[in-house]
Amino acid sequence: MNLRPILMAGAISAVALPAAADCAFENTVPLRSLSAAFEAWNAVTDAMTECGNFEAELSQEFRTLQPEAMAANPALYQLGGVSNGTVTPLLNAQTIRPLDDLVEQYGQQLRPNQLIRINGQTMAIAMMVNTQHLMYRSDILDDLGLDVPETWDEVLAAAEVIEAAGVVDYPLGATMATGWNLAQDFNNMFLGYGGQFLNSDGTPAVNSEAGVNSLETMMALTEYMDPEYLVSDSTYVQQQFQQGRIAMANLWGSRGAAMDDPAESQVVGLVDAAAAPRAMEGGPPATTLWWDGIVIAANITDEEAAAAFRVAMEGIDTEMVQANNDAAVWLIEGYEPGRLAVGAIATATADPAPTAYPSTSQMGLMHSALGNALPAYFTGDVSAEAALAAVEAAYITSAQEAGVLE
Amino acid sequence: MKFKTFAAFVAPSLVMMLLFIAAPLVSVFIGSFQLHQPVLQEVEEETCTPGFTGQTCTTTIVTRPLIDESGNMITTTDWVGWTNYTRVLNPEAAWAAVSSLDWSALMQIDFWAALRFTLMFTLVTLPLVIGVGLAIALVVNNAAKTIRGPVIFISLLPFIITPVIGALSIRWLFIGDGILTAGLEAWLDRDLALFAQAWTIELMMMFYRVWHVAPFAFVIFYAGLQTVNQDTLESAIIDGANRFERLRYVIVPHLAPLIVFIALIHLMDAYRVFEEIVGFTSQAHVISLQWLTYDFLQPDDSGNRAFGRASASSMLTMVGIVVLLIPLLRRTWRDHKGGSH
Repeated sequence: MNLRPILMAGAISAVALPAAADCAFENTVPLRSLSAAFEAWNAVTDAMTECGNFEAELSQEFRTLQPEAMAANPALYQLGGVSNGTVTPLLNAQTIRPLDDLVEQYGQQLRPNQLIRINGQTMAIAMMVNTQHLMYRSDILDDLGLDVPETWDEVLAAAEVIEAAGVVDYPLGATMATGWNLAQDFNNMFLGYGGQFLNSDGTPAVNSEAGVNSLETMMALTEYMDPEYLVSDSTYVQQQFQQGRIAMANLWGSRGAAMDDPAESQVVGLVDAAAAPRAMEGGPPATTLWWDGIVIAANITDEEAAAAFRVAMEGIDTEMVQANNDAAVWLIEGYEPGRLAVGAIATATADPAPTAYPSTSQMGLMHSALGNALPAYFTGDVSAEAALAAVEAAYITSAQEAGVLE
Repeated sequence: MKFKTFAAFVAPSLVMMLLFIAAPLVSVFIGSFQLHQPVLQEVEEETCTPGFTGQTCTTTIVTRPLIDESGNMITTTDWVGWTNYTRVLNPEAAWAAVSSLDWSALMQIDFWAALRFTLMFTLVTLPLVIGVGLAIALVVNNAAKTIRGPVIFISLLPFIITPVIGALSIRWLFIGDGILTAGLEAWLDRDLALFAQAWTIELMMMFYRVWHVAPFAFVIFYAGLQTVNQDTLESAIIDGANRFERLRYVIVPHLAPLIVFIALIHLMDAYRVFEEIVGFTSQAHVISLQWLTYDFLQPDDSGNRAFGRASASSMLTMVGIVVLLIPLLRRTWRDHKGGSH
């Protein structure tokens, strides 16, 4: 945890500035937005602010705040930033509105690719894709004559060589912080091994061969990591890279630009990206695909919704992308994939392709159960089978409580 | 005092207590026997998500809650008896573990692991807080008058810092190659990872809590020391009592009610240990009862929360505090009845 997310969590609000010339129209309706706090959202909300009367809140706690804030009538925020994971509670509670009319009226710049359609209705506008993929120190791999690993077995072999050469503190990094991060790392590996989270009758199915394989591979990887891997989140891994302490990690694409930030990074130009490694031969890259995008609240007037949509369109226009090209893998017209976007694109276009993270109530429950029960395996308290059995038991309890399982 | 006057004075705070203490307690108590569920339906949905080359559309069966006309989710509330408590306590598995003397199996159940740490944390820090607080108070009391002010100010600083901020500062000092870890590594000439195993984290948590709370004990004891009967102390000196004997037989008995008071407050506070868990992100290794309640309340990505289990777990936390306080409360009650004050 470094200072930046903390400061951001302290509700950094870009207070509305007088309308500048960069916005195509002058917004007169007071608008607010709530979104996650990473680089891309900074860029987008800054561009929106230029239209005037707009206040952006970027918060690490947005996933807790958003469902309640959108459910209020009138909604506390007209605009929301979501991902395919966090859009689920909004869809469940029907607190976001279909955008088809607005897209037709004001959204000529949008590519068909950007429209998130559910049963034919456009419910969100995607602006970027994100995925965890392999980032590596090209200089170290070159020096040691190693090829870029394409499977996790190759990653282990390369890690062994790097360890023996002793060029970095730890060959590998991973976002394995207890809770959400660890569960997501497991999800990546599990899907890479061709696992299915649920049986057709809704009962959990993680205690399977794929589950055990995933845990064993992850455990093998931890041999080459900082022993404090259970507290290492995305920011921590990013810093390990920036400080030259690790050589490889399966890390979020949205963290790529930070590697070349001369103010923070000691390894500018030395980190390259490749597709996420495969867990098994002929399988998909062991990762999931995510999108981030914009939704508009249902509990507001049509006038507000129209204004919010127009401001949002200013936020995700070509001009913004050109100014912030490397902040994300944008889906927006005018984007030129940079050096570090190559990995994310190779991941998404791999054959067979990785699946999109499933945005369902069941997956939310499963994600929590995994995050709570898996650490016991990594601390050495229980076997892989026992940890996965505990995940299933936790899932059954919470699924029965939530009413999604008999 | 006339009853009417008395009532007029007491009524506002009584109303406040009913409103802000009793009512929430009752609602949590009721909630711990209830289960709120949305009414769900299964619908077939076609979802189109972006890729680089085009959209991928998939059709799946998803569960969506039913929404009423005013736009709210339709929910049902059922009385479920002890179900929430059973789900938190998991008595079957716990009993199986206890009867086979399998400690690690018991520690796999969140509640019991949390109880183990919470109790240990509370009982280990209690004597340390009292001891360190008393020691600082004695030192300050014996210090020259001129430096007393600054010494008191500095000793109070840890208590002024917001707990979460304090915990985070300690974390940053030690995590990865933090300054202090790096210092220790240089000194001991070996590689250290203080966040990689439970016992080092627990040690840091307890160190942090004592550092944070000892000033509170110090202030109370220091005030108490000002009222020690000087005649008794002088006669003790004349009787030939040394420094330790004076402490043991004059000062500590005089401070006894204050020690009980600090113990009461500390037990209540420490049993609700929470900031340390969050500050040190120690969930993988160590959790506390209060954190467990928080975790039940925390929504996941799809917005699910476990209100019922959270209520049950907070009721259990309260019961735990009451049990811990009983010996101390009985002592205070006896003292009152004995009329020693």
